[in-house]
Amino acid sequence: MFRLQGGRRMTAAAAPLIAAQDLTVRFGATTALAGVSLSIHPAEIVTVVGPNGSGKSTLLRALLGIVPAAGGQVARAPGLRLGYVPQKLAIDPTLPLTVDRFLSLPRRQPAAARAAALVRVGLADLGGRQMAALSGGQMQRVLLARALLDRPQILVLDEPTQGLDQPGEAAFYRLIEDLRRTTGCAVLMVSHDLHVVMAASDRVVCLNGHVCCQGTPSVVSAAPEYRALFGLGTQGALALYRHVHDHDHGGPAAPVAHGHAHDHDHPHPAAGG
Amino acid sequence: MLDDFLTRAALAGVGLSVATGPLGAFVVWRRMAYFGDATAHAAILGVALALAADLPVTIGTLSVALAMALAVAWLSGRGWAADTILGVLAHSALAFGLCAVSFLPGVRTDLSAWLFGDILAVSTADLAAIWGGAAVVAGLIAWRWQALLTCTLSEDLAQASGLNPGRERLVLTVALALVVAAAIKVVGALLIAAMLIVPAAAARSLARNPEGMALAASALGAASALGGLALSLRLDTPAGPSIILCAAAAFALAAGLRGFWR
Repeated sequence: MFRLQGGRRMTAAAAPLIAAQDLTVRFGATTALAGVSLSIHPAEIVTVVGPNGSGKSTLLRALLGIVPAAGGQVARAPGLRLGYVPQKLAIDPTLPLTVDRFLSLPRRQPAAARAAALVRVGLADLGGRQMAALSGGQMQRVLLARALLDRPQILVLDEPTQGLDQPGEAAFYRLIEDLRRTTGCAVLMVSHDLHVVMAASDRVVCLNGHVCCQGTPSVVSAAPEYRALFGLGTQGALALYRHVHDHDHGGPAAPVAHGHAHDHDHPHPAAGG
Repeated sequence: MLDDFLTRAALAGVGLSVATGPLGAFVVWRRMAYFGDATAHAAILGVALALAADLPVTIGTLSVALAMALAVAWLSGRGWAADTILGVLAHSALAFGLCAVSFLPGVRTDLSAWLFGDILAVSTADLAAIWGGAAVVAGLIAWRWQALLTCTLSEDLAQASGLNPGRERLVLTVALALVVAAAIKVVGALLIAAMLIVPAAAARSLARNPEGMALAASALGAASALGGLALSLRLDTPAGPSIILCAAAAFALAAGLRGFWR
């Protein structure tokens, strides 16, 4: 299932949902982001990658209006409906909260809509479970279900697969792609799982306090700025992505890189770097 | 036939619980126990100032408690560890208040009434102030319920949904000052925080949802107030501490039941 490069270009002509112009964010004397310009258009999947401390989460939080801009500006489409999936949600053990109740925050949602959202993320029948009793993967899906209830035009996800194993990760990103296809929402996410990123994104933004480079996955992974940050080993990440997406690997224990007849001619170096 | 003062005492305890249940739940969820203590201790200073200036005590406690709550909120945003700020302010407010009271010979004698409450001496006017304050607090929390809950869960999530966590914090701060002013006559400055925390902590074991916990905290608070009065009447123990004793027993019972069911 190779995606044609530029296959989403037609939608890029529409007005952006969110656009940052020359965005600068400071925490005290530290400059976290400098001169970042970025726009997200309807129905595209944009992933922000970068080393630790490169300002990935800060960029999302600035686009969401959680941290103020010290310079530049962030423009949103009028009346934009936005679904935010935070990196994690720490529930104080003194707070009793069922999944169903959580889905009705901050706006009350009808029972049918809550049930449908849980089915959509593959967690039917989990509505009565306490939030504190969820596994990491279930929690991410519940956060996603809550974000979906406002019928978002754009989903914003901050490292949504942190703490998931590789099959869990792949399944989560498949769900995201599926949501994009069925609802037409745009997706902006932060990740450092390079191989999955390269697989699941229309556009990759490589960040290190400023935008180093951006473009389609293959363009970015070939860019010298990207290689300077992540090393050369990531060339294989693209290959890994492609066959992760070509077919299902059966059980969760199935190893990704062997035992299958892949029709590719890439080497298999360790991903990441 | 109940004596009239006992009816008033019972009504005061139940009225206060209407507010302390839901507010206490937030104090527990947001770990504001020490914050509650600091605000309540400041009320002693409010009592001294009000009596010295010949103003109604409720006005004094309300304004000093509010000033204290705002000062703590402001200072903890200024790079001090919240724990340290609260430790300094809670105890110095109490010390300052006790010294101020010592200049007023009339108050000095019944200081323990302000520290531990004097629910059996609640007048009809006190009762009106307690129910009025409790109704305002319960109404405020009910009105902001969804927003308060979202902010308590995650400020990022709340902000991404267009809520303002600072505003919701202010709602709780004001509610806390109101409860302190209403409660000082019932359980006294030293035990107001206990009235907030102990019933809510007991309710935690019994509830599956935030609403359930807030309602159960109110019910347990009211039951503790009535039980404490009965205890005080029978054993001639001080009423305020007896109320907290009943709440503590409810907590132990609820925690025990939870362990038993599991």
